[in-house]
Amino acid sequence: MVTTADTFQAHTEEHHHEADHKPGFFARWFMSTNHKDIGTLYLIFAIFAGVVGGAISGIMRFELKEPGIQYLGWWVEFMGGEAGFDQTLHLWNVLITAHGLIMVFFMVMPAMIGGFANWFVPLMIGAPDMAFPRMNNVSFWLTFAGFISLMLSAFVPGGTGNGAGIGWTAYAPLSTSGSPGPSVDFAIFSLHLAGAGSIMGAINFITTIFNMRAPGMTLHKMPLFVWSVLVTAFLLLLALPVLAAAITMLLTDRNFGTTFFDPMGGGDPLLYQHLFWFFGHPEVYIMILPGFGMISQIIATFSRKPVFGYLGMAYAMVAIGLVGFVVWAHHMYTVGLSVNVKMYFTAATMVIAVPTGIKIFSWIATMWGGSLTFKSPMVWALGFIFLFTVGGVTGVVLANGGIDDNLHDTYYVVAHFHYVLSLGAVTALFAGFYYWFPKMSGRMHNEFLAHLHFWVFFIGVNLIFFPMHFLGMNGMPRRYPDYTPAFELWNSVATHGYEIMGASMVIFFINIGYSLVAGKKAPANYWGEGATTLEWTLSSPPPYHQFETLPVIDDGADSHRHGGGAAPAHA
Amino acid sequence: MRGHVYASVFEWESVRHMNFGDVAEKRVKFKRMAAFLAAMAVFWAALAPQMGRAQEAGNPAAETMSVGEADARAPNVADDSLPPEEAAEGQTTDPAVGADAYQPLSPEWIKGQPESGALGFQKQYSDIGEYGLWMHNVVLLPIITVIVLLVLALLLWVIARYNRRANNDPSRTSHNTLIEVIWTVLPVVILFIIAVPSITLLVRQYDSPPEDALTVKVTGYQWYWGYSYPDNGGFEVISNMLEDGEALDRGLPPKLAVDNRMVVPAGEPIRIQTTGADVIHSFAVPSLWFKLDAVPGRLNERELTIREPGIYYGQCSELCGVRHGFMPIAIEALPRPQFEAWVRAQGGTIGEEAEEADMAEPADLQEPESSVEGAPGAGAPPTELDSPAADAEV
Repeated sequence: MVTTADTFQAHTEEHHHEADHKPGFFARWFMSTNHKDIGTLYLIFAIFAGVVGGAISGIMRFELKEPGIQYLGWWVEFMGGEAGFDQTLHLWNVLITAHGLIMVFFMVMPAMIGGFANWFVPLMIGAPDMAFPRMNNVSFWLTFAGFISLMLSAFVPGGTGNGAGIGWTAYAPLSTSGSPGPSVDFAIFSLHLAGAGSIMGAINFITTIFNMRAPGMTLHKMPLFVWSVLVTAFLLLLALPVLAAAITMLLTDRNFGTTFFDPMGGGDPLLYQHLFWFFGHPEVYIMILPGFGMISQIIATFSRKPVFGYLGMAYAMVAIGLVGFVVWAHHMYTVGLSVNVKMYFTAATMVIAVPTGIKIFSWIATMWGGSLTFKSPMVWALGFIFLFTVGGVTGVVLANGGIDDNLHDTYYVVAHFHYVLSLGAVTALFAGFYYWFPKMSGRMHNEFLAHLHFWVFFIGVNLIFFPMHFLGMNGMPRRYPDYTPAFELWNSVATHGYEIMGASMVIFFINIGYSLVAGKKAPANYWGEGATTLEWTLSSPPPYHQFETLPVIDDGADSHRHGGGAAPAHA
Repeated sequence: MRGHVYASVFEWESVRHMNFGDVAEKRVKFKRMAAFLAAMAVFWAALAPQMGRAQEAGNPAAETMSVGEADARAPNVADDSLPPEEAAEGQTTDPAVGADAYQPLSPEWIKGQPESGALGFQKQYSDIGEYGLWMHNVVLLPIITVIVLLVLALLLWVIARYNRRANNDPSRTSHNTLIEVIWTVLPVVILFIIAVPSITLLVRQYDSPPEDALTVKVTGYQWYWGYSYPDNGGFEVISNMLEDGEALDRGLPPKLAVDNRMVVPAGEPIRIQTTGADVIHSFAVPSLWFKLDAVPGRLNERELTIREPGIYYGQCSELCGVRHGFMPIAIEALPRPQFEAWVRAQGGTIGEEAEEADMAEPADLQEPESSVEGAPGAGAPPTELDSPAADAEV
């Protein structure tokens, strides 16, 4: 592997002048058609949105630290409103809505798909760029415009006060007749823009993966991260148009007198929920599947061992994607479904535990018999497996329609989806970040700080979210700004957990800052012989245009190495 | 006698010493195991108190209550204009006293409410609730705990056994059909084990109430609840949250206490129908394992049987706007006679009378506040919170 990497670098050096000719600042960052630059833009954007979304959760956690309304009024005035009692409570709903939308559409998705997939799918399949570089640019700026629209919605009237207080699910009729004013329209428009950007991204990835793989890289030799992005792209392509339809109907119900979701005109509020969750459930897999892919790469790299059960891993993701489309109504167990419908959705939902279990056990089997090194990405990946398992098993509990009659819309649900997303997807994001940051920036991060970040984060998030299981079982509903004193203990524990988690983010930013300024220069393959995919054959950072001569995947190479047998065509 | 006592003390001493010795020995013996078990204990801690609670016998008060025989035609039915909660002030804690008239239950009767620092579900007061609790605590929680501990143990094992120092030569194994089949089939088997009680629970939840069951129509308004009794003359009780100070003065939990509770008979099936007047709300009472959305344009129906008299709190469980967190639910379950007294106190009718009353004059319908044009906000707001003083505090 090392020799291959060296030859390849030598090759890029030869063509240094063409390969590294970069456009000027404005053209490079605002009109970019380079997948790596667009990936970088997405990552910076996602980190910024994550800080905004995380700060919002901080406001919420401190408000919930003790019973009563303590800080919300101050924030209403800070944002230019008048802090009456109802305006104060309205701000709460604006915060929960913004936190959900930002974290889902403007943090996790841009980071996973726009950021890491943009950066590494072309590199891993040996392609010079994405199939549609200009559309790639449009995707990013649409997402960015969507974020601006969501931010604007916070400063225009949305009923009782400024901002859209409808929850990230935007259930009708609260989001139609229940919220007059332009704010909700801005929020809906924000989803239109972000959704259009994501659909374009999905088209781009599918085309790229199907058409631009290097010679010799069959679908069954693709790295698992590429597989995960392929499945995710299909989910996006099929799910997002349904969301677009649903929120367009919201828009016409709000502004043009239609009654899709208004029983007074023959509509049905539950129609919206069916449409929303037909998108919404695949959406949760959209957020976690690329994480699965990254974890597979990382576990294999640091075990110095190929992924166990490669085909099972790839098709488990396909199965999760397929089954993910037929379980949506488990989000609606209490709306008044018939018993047969509930039985079906209970059974179908539990089926998802099977492919998910295959993935967990295959990761462990990959490590079994391996030679493990505990570099920062590996530590994050191990944390991911454990946290995702905890989040997964509470999903099995919630899958039971009869149990959900008690737990639906309580903090147990909040705990569950934060364990799989905040502790699952985000942990995977940090694992991927430490795995690839030196590749992207050309500078090594500080391993000690990365480990410290992990342990502080791990303790913090568990303190935030594990007590929420207790709160939920004890009956505390979601989306409450205030509560009866019996809920105080675990709420204050969760708030302390947030403080610890916040400290871990300071460590993270110090580490990035330190690395960019004073980090050691990263070699091409800084993780050693376990890292076998094509990006490790390129310099760190890779040349501005890579693979001008396509690499050829050696047919003679062990097919289980998955992209490991690369050799440049001219060699 | 005396000698015997001494002997006992002596024996006790020796036993105690022996125990101390044993414990010390065991401590050494199981030192390693203890750390591992500690993790398990954390998970089981959530389960243990619930198991005990589920076994607890019903509240003895149930029998006391049923002694009270309500006189159907009592001349001194409670004054309509007097809010029931106010009538409760200074009353004795025994609801059997003065059972000929309706008296709201005092705080001692609160049964379904969250407990500070609790690790599990609330105590359950319905058959469905007990079954659900059993299914969670006996079927689901052990299974998921074992799965999490298994994954954790495997992770710790590979970390300890297969790190670079312990194993510098990685194997190239990437397939093992047998083990892949096992870890696919085994979860399927576990899911089947879960599915049996799960389906049973679902089916039981959909049992239809008997035809003559009392119907309570629950309407969610922004932001209060309306409980109407179509079988009893159709009167509607409007239920608003009490402000914190008022609730504390009455010895009731803040954010849960209401001015007018939803009063129902205990020990018999009730038909609950829910609907929403403006946006979607959700009628949820954790201690009765009951949650049903109140959707505009729809009428959802579910049977509910509350085993024993008491007060059961719940909260709106679907985001419904600004005061979503400020429209709690309080169910007051009473023995049948007291319930009937309450119905009369509300100007309602029981059984056959209902039809007679229909002939004579329509029952006194209590209009929801929101139906009055220009009503302040709809849903009498907690006044203290609206006052300028409260704003300043915010």
